[in-house]
Amino acid sequence: MSKFEFPKSIASRPVWGTLEFRSGEHHLMIAEAEGAEAVLDIATPDLMAKTHIIYIPRGTDYADKLRALTPAQFYEGPSYGAALPRIRRVLEDAHMGLQVYLTGTEGMMGQAMNEAMAVGLPHTAIQTEHRGSTARRMQCVHCKGITEDVEVDPFVCSHCGLNLFVRDHYSRRHAAYQGVRVDAEDHGNVPEPKGIYE
Amino acid sequence: MTIQFNDESFRDDYTFRNSEWAIKRFPFPFHEDSYMYSVNMEQHRGGPEGSVYEKRFDVDEHYVSEMKDRAIVLDQDPLRCQSLPHMTLAGWDLLELIMVSKSEDYPDLFELHRNGNQWRWINKPLGIDHSFTFMDETTLPYGPMEYITRQAQGDYAVLDQRDDMLWMDAGMVTTQADWSLDFDIGMNFFEWHAPVPLAHEMGVFQRALKFLLNIQQGAPARRLNWTMTVNPLLDTSPENYSKWGIQKTTLTPENIGRKQHLRVELQTFFRLPRSNALVFPIRCYLCAFEDLMTVPKWGRRLHRVVRDLPVELATYKGFINNRPLMLEYLSQFDDGLPTSPGVWPDLETEPPLTK
Repeated sequence: MSKFEFPKSIASRPVWGTLEFRSGEHHLMIAEAEGAEAVLDIATPDLMAKTHIIYIPRGTDYADKLRALTPAQFYEGPSYGAALPRIRRVLEDAHMGLQVYLTGTEGMMGQAMNEAMAVGLPHTAIQTEHRGSTARRMQCVHCKGITEDVEVDPFVCSHCGLNLFVRDHYSRRHAAYQGVRVDAEDHGNVPEPKGIYE
Repeated sequence: MTIQFNDESFRDDYTFRNSEWAIKRFPFPFHEDSYMYSVNMEQHRGGPEGSVYEKRFDVDEHYVSEMKDRAIVLDQDPLRCQSLPHMTLAGWDLLELIMVSKSEDYPDLFELHRNGNQWRWINKPLGIDHSFTFMDETTLPYGPMEYITRQAQGDYAVLDQRDDMLWMDAGMVTTQADWSLDFDIGMNFFEWHAPVPLAHEMGVFQRALKFLLNIQQGAPARRLNWTMTVNPLLDTSPENYSKWGIQKTTLTPENIGRKQHLRVELQTFFRLPRSNALVFPIRCYLCAFEDLMTVPKWGRRLHRVVRDLPVELATYKGFINNRPLMLEYLSQFDDGLPTSPGVWPDLETEPPLTK
């Protein structure tokens, strides 16, 4: 359900996986919106007894189902930004053998991956699974501002107001795709926006 | 010879010009009448006297003005120069490499006096006479990479090597062919080249990486790359593309010879001794079409290369829309005669234009 098959793309574009159980003393699962379903898919009583779930609903309602898994710790946060101090605190305490699972939008997974990398986890050791919205987190190459949840191409930079086209070129460090002025060679000639994968 | 440094601009009024000397030594990148990607690496161990390949770091008549242009770019956007925290040692390596090379290769322009870690650096063209302590950042006005690359033509990508991979972890990038250091910093070799069409499928990057990982100290390598730029604009950055992109639409049959430039990158690769990083200087040379046409062989060849280039490459290099106009101009300089092999102008042996 709500799994999207991303078209094959260039080498900088991240490839998301499918969550699977890996043995470890502690498990941190960050689930955004429909990402909760990916957690439900792999949950077992043994795993949940060692798992801290951080759930960011964004309009979905999986809280009761997730709670019913009786994880060792459960937190529901209203936004990624609100959950971030907690995520950092948990990662600070990370011991060898902590397993990190990220599931939800590309923007959330990319940002949370940076947090985990900042405490020394290699990005290849972090499990991911995309679920839910295919919207992108975009960096405007001109003003450097980040626009969240971009669904159409081209789109308007929420900082400088330029009309940007959506590239597949992706920076792990910014956890964002690159947006470039679409009418740079013909000012004012902005194509009608359409869905990124249309 | 003593170099006469030009006072010229690479923006606004574009007073940049190449002297006859600079045209003849321009690194024309096509060794035959067609072009396709290749790894095309060779050892960087000098070259013909006076050529851009002769010295480790070529200094030419544009040096002083290019450094002024770099300072303008950095004032406007300091993010063009970045170095991740673990790359400072590589910055010192680079500073040493450039100071030693320039003082040995151009003793009339640059001097380096070393007494242990107490160094004195004299850069006559830029009027710098600076004593500092090697490996002590507090004795320099900038970090070591920034300090020395504000005094060296070309962009510099400093690549960390780990896990059999190269990582773009530091750089000074103000004269780039449309890529963003701020966006690409921290990426691996395949990731920062991701937007290049065709070459991945051809295995070019796999082979190039293998070659680069094995570059040894004292055995640098080099290759050429090229693109097209309207106006002699050094700062063709994606950051400022929103401003300069429109200039591509200003070509006319009357001004194309003057405005359209072939942009060639002399890319060199040096292993750095302490950090084991790889420094990748990307030196940009610009030459107006009308100046290139003064060399009959280059006129014939450029027409054939531009005409026969695959659409994907002309698109990626950003001149697909201007190609018809370019061909209209360049065809006047192609009389169909064969051309001699290799990149050199061969002015004495190649026939003059016969049309």
